[in-house]
Amino acid sequence: MPKDFGFGASSKRREDVRFLTGNGRYTDDINVYGQAYVHFLRSDVAHGTIKSINTERAAAHPAVLRIFTGADFASVGGLPCGWQVTDRFGEPMKEPAHPVLAQGKVRHVGDPIAAIVAESAAEARDAAEMIEVDIEELPAVIDMRAALDGGPLVHDDLETNLCYDWGFIEDNKDEVDAAIKKAPHVTRLDLTNNRLVPNAMEPRVAVGDYNSSNDESILYTTSQNPHVIRLLMGAFVLSIPEHKLRVVAPDVGGGFGSKIFHYAEEAFCTFAARELKRAVKWTASRSESFITDAHGRDHVTTIELALDHDGNFIAIRTSTLANMGAYLSTFSTSVPTWLHGTLMAGNYVTPLIYVNVKAVFTNTVPVDAYRGAGRPEATFQLERVIDKAARELGIDPIEIRRRNFIAKDQFPYATPVALEYDTGDYHATMDKLEEIADLKGFDNRLAQSKSKGKLRGLGLNCYIEACGLAPSNLVGQLGARAGLYESATLRVNATGSVTVMTGSHSHGQGHETTFPQVVSEMLGIAEDQINLQHGDTANTPMGMGTYGSRSIAVGGSAILRATEKIIAKAKKIAAHLMEASADDVEFSDGTFRVAGTDKEVAWADVCLAAYVPHNYPLTELEPGLEETAFYDPANFTYPAGAYACEVEVDPETGKVDICSFAAADDFGRIVNPMVVDGQVHGGIAQGIGQAMLESAIYDEDGQLLSGSYMDYAMPRADDLPSMVVDHSCQTPCTHNPLGVKGCGEAGAIGSPPAIVNAVIDALSRGGYSHVDHIDMPLSPHRVWEAIQT
Amino acid sequence: MYDFAVERPTNLDDASRLLAKDETQVIAGGQTLIPTMKSRLASPKTLVSLTGIDEIKGVSPSQGSVTIGAATRHVDVANETRTLYPALASLAANIGDPAVRNRGTIGGSLANNDPSACYPAAALAGDAEIKTQERSYSADDFFCGLFETALSEGEFITEIRFPIPDRASYQKFEQPASRFALVGVFVTQKSGQVRVAVTGASEEGVYRWKEAEQALSDDFRREAIADLIVPAEGKIVDIHGSAAYRAHLVKVLTGRAVDSAH
Repeated sequence: MPKDFGFGASSKRREDVRFLTGNGRYTDDINVYGQAYVHFLRSDVAHGTIKSINTERAAAHPAVLRIFTGADFASVGGLPCGWQVTDRFGEPMKEPAHPVLAQGKVRHVGDPIAAIVAESAAEARDAAEMIEVDIEELPAVIDMRAALDGGPLVHDDLETNLCYDWGFIEDNKDEVDAAIKKAPHVTRLDLTNNRLVPNAMEPRVAVGDYNSSNDESILYTTSQNPHVIRLLMGAFVLSIPEHKLRVVAPDVGGGFGSKIFHYAEEAFCTFAARELKRAVKWTASRSESFITDAHGRDHVTTIELALDHDGNFIAIRTSTLANMGAYLSTFSTSVPTWLHGTLMAGNYVTPLIYVNVKAVFTNTVPVDAYRGAGRPEATFQLERVIDKAARELGIDPIEIRRRNFIAKDQFPYATPVALEYDTGDYHATMDKLEEIADLKGFDNRLAQSKSKGKLRGLGLNCYIEACGLAPSNLVGQLGARAGLYESATLRVNATGSVTVMTGSHSHGQGHETTFPQVVSEMLGIAEDQINLQHGDTANTPMGMGTYGSRSIAVGGSAILRATEKIIAKAKKIAAHLMEASADDVEFSDGTFRVAGTDKEVAWADVCLAAYVPHNYPLTELEPGLEETAFYDPANFTYPAGAYACEVEVDPETGKVDICSFAAADDFGRIVNPMVVDGQVHGGIAQGIGQAMLESAIYDEDGQLLSGSYMDYAMPRADDLPSMVVDHSCQTPCTHNPLGVKGCGEAGAIGSPPAIVNAVIDALSRGGYSHVDHIDMPLSPHRVWEAIQT
Repeated sequence: MYDFAVERPTNLDDASRLLAKDETQVIAGGQTLIPTMKSRLASPKTLVSLTGIDEIKGVSPSQGSVTIGAATRHVDVANETRTLYPALASLAANIGDPAVRNRGTIGGSLANNDPSACYPAAALAGDAEIKTQERSYSADDFFCGLFETALSEGEFITEIRFPIPDRASYQKFEQPASRFALVGVFVTQKSGQVRVAVTGASEEGVYRWKEAEQALSDDFRREAIADLIVPAEGKIVDIHGSAAYRAHLVKVLTGRAVDSAH
């Protein structure tokens, strides 16, 4: 019987009422009295030396308040990178300066050269056209191999385009090399994980404000983590202490990682508001988003999988070039390393693994975390090479996976790449997948496709991800420059309603619905008596924000801990009211009872007593009912699953239709099944986008060719199949109190390999078995070309 | 977008008079012009809108042909030619998205002559007559290369007359992002004569594939073009397809148009 409230109920997303009726309050809806507008004059060349900037004519424009250039930021810090990676040789990564406005050189198309603040956005743009910039164009370096092979230097002072050369685990390298050398079979695959533009529906916006009466700066911004922005911008860029800096991220229309990072425009608006004593607003155009939002993926990899004659995995060796773009975005350096190398074991027992990653500077937009962040890249190469190996060895793709799965009784399982998986049951999700994908019926469907002249294929994929980022002490050892806990404050009001304040941030996830469900379950009060407050550093406790499928696992656990504290205190108040010992008080369904008696007192009466403490143990207990808890997880969480995709390929045109998609996930315990369904649907849609359509393509001069929706293909409703998703296989997380694992990224991680595997399978069955790989996106043109060769 | 003025005449004479002035620009549905202006790539001082002129709107059937006012929106063409000229209706129904179809017009599309637009293929394959406030053109004389037409300064299309073919079909292979035609082929057959027009493929814009017309006029079956070779030379190359791919699609889509013509 499905529950209708609390933990496990498909409560409808309460925030959708305002989103769907146009009542959301996004950053661009915020207008501060007297605000001015900034337009950024951006580089239209990928690489060049700024010879001169003449702002004289523009400054004379009557609506212009001030024009800023790099020189104005000489005394201000640069945008920081939040994760220091140590290379194979024990040396720290190369970390170039990342100025708010370009100083001396421009390094990618879109690099900001000048910022024009004027009375209106249109006038700021008019004035920008009057600025004369003399840039001596330099040869650009776009290709990563060329960048490492003597190409032009993106940062002259670094004397190299190599950010780091990372080996993981370096001590295992020789053993892995030896194992691969003598292995009976080695399958090798070269592949690219295509560069993506994040394309959140809401472009980025920043409004900087300054209150001279108390010297407080306020930044309204489209962020997934306002506390982190406050920390980074205040401490590293503008030197504004936290108590004088407030960051507000109101309703945010999608992030997918791109709104984690601290961007130049945020620092600029905050800085300029202090300088001008006026609020300054910036709203990105879509064209600007394409060349300023941090891009995702962009890895070029060679993977080798060594197997014995029975298809058992012996060793994996990978070598990856990871594009950093022109500067290090906030978490860019952690993505190809700790979020990628640690996942190379996948769902399998592989005794020996070695991962090498070279991070490379190029004259392109910075690259950073994008839904899945490192884990899709790991999963893609592993699951593609497994499929290729299965084909080479003549083993069924399901069978080869099952043969190598970590078995249920092997958990907790320590991988050779530093993680310890707490729970999982990969055979169970595969069993479930075979059922929901109706794999038995595939041959019939194959025959039907054949009769229409189409090639049909079935693609499988298994994935594991490390979510719930993360134990702070662990990530600290790995180079993180921040902790990764969460916190929550529960404020119980006098009449018994509850305000939950969280440092997590919702930008589409549905926290306003799901977080109260946890509290409702524990307190036994109606969900509509519980409100979630988030997104404002002034009225929420410190939190690290929402990404990495961490919010319910870490933020939700903090809420649980705070609620436990509330219950413990409320029991003491109830005990006083019932003249009993607190040890004898039981609490369920919103009522406190003395065990073994008919004495009881309602939740609301206890709350009232806490705030109107006329009859209250004031000498032993403070009045009020408000508690804060911080939660730092003991381990990552490890959601896992098995996905299947069926495609039809038109051999005449190369066009691929995705006919069906099935996902069997293990997310541990589930707070709201409907919200989880939605997260998986959205993730799969995004994965289909990457696999079939999306690609950020630069020409050799560093111009983004797919710089608008005329050329950058986003998935639309008719690109998507009907999806069957199931999350009934549940091995609860063993180390967080909710038993949850997180579900936000699974779909985007698990779907691309399934799709590519399906297309290769279709081609193989259709007589094109020479095609063993096609790089994403699988556009009709690419598939057709593959068939031709 | 820079500042501009808008005039919205209600008759052809006023429109012609306004367009005779300097720095004016005709606008129909604005589906290309408005985005161009928003990105500040066009800066007309005055826009003269044709959408207030009732006499150049609407679909009117007559003996053996259908005449469509230049300011008729795609959605109206799609709805009103469905039984008269199904291939044309289906073309109109698959342009852009609903927002585009509710604003964009047939005259605007033809006058813009985007090399990947659908309507030029229909006009050329359909042997349409394109009338302006000054004269009349056959489609063969109207299209002159990428974004180029026979229209002179201040001249605008008023109506398009399509002879109704015995059979026709339009096959569009969509560019994945814009959903313009990566290649589109419109085939008509009337009194045994076949015309084949190709959009999206050539660096010269929409064109007739005359070898295929000849072969199909003799034998209206897909097999009739099996031995024809479409050269890759002169075909558009971009991130969505090579010249060879486009050339290949021209033949595939022509075959499919023949198969599906009705």
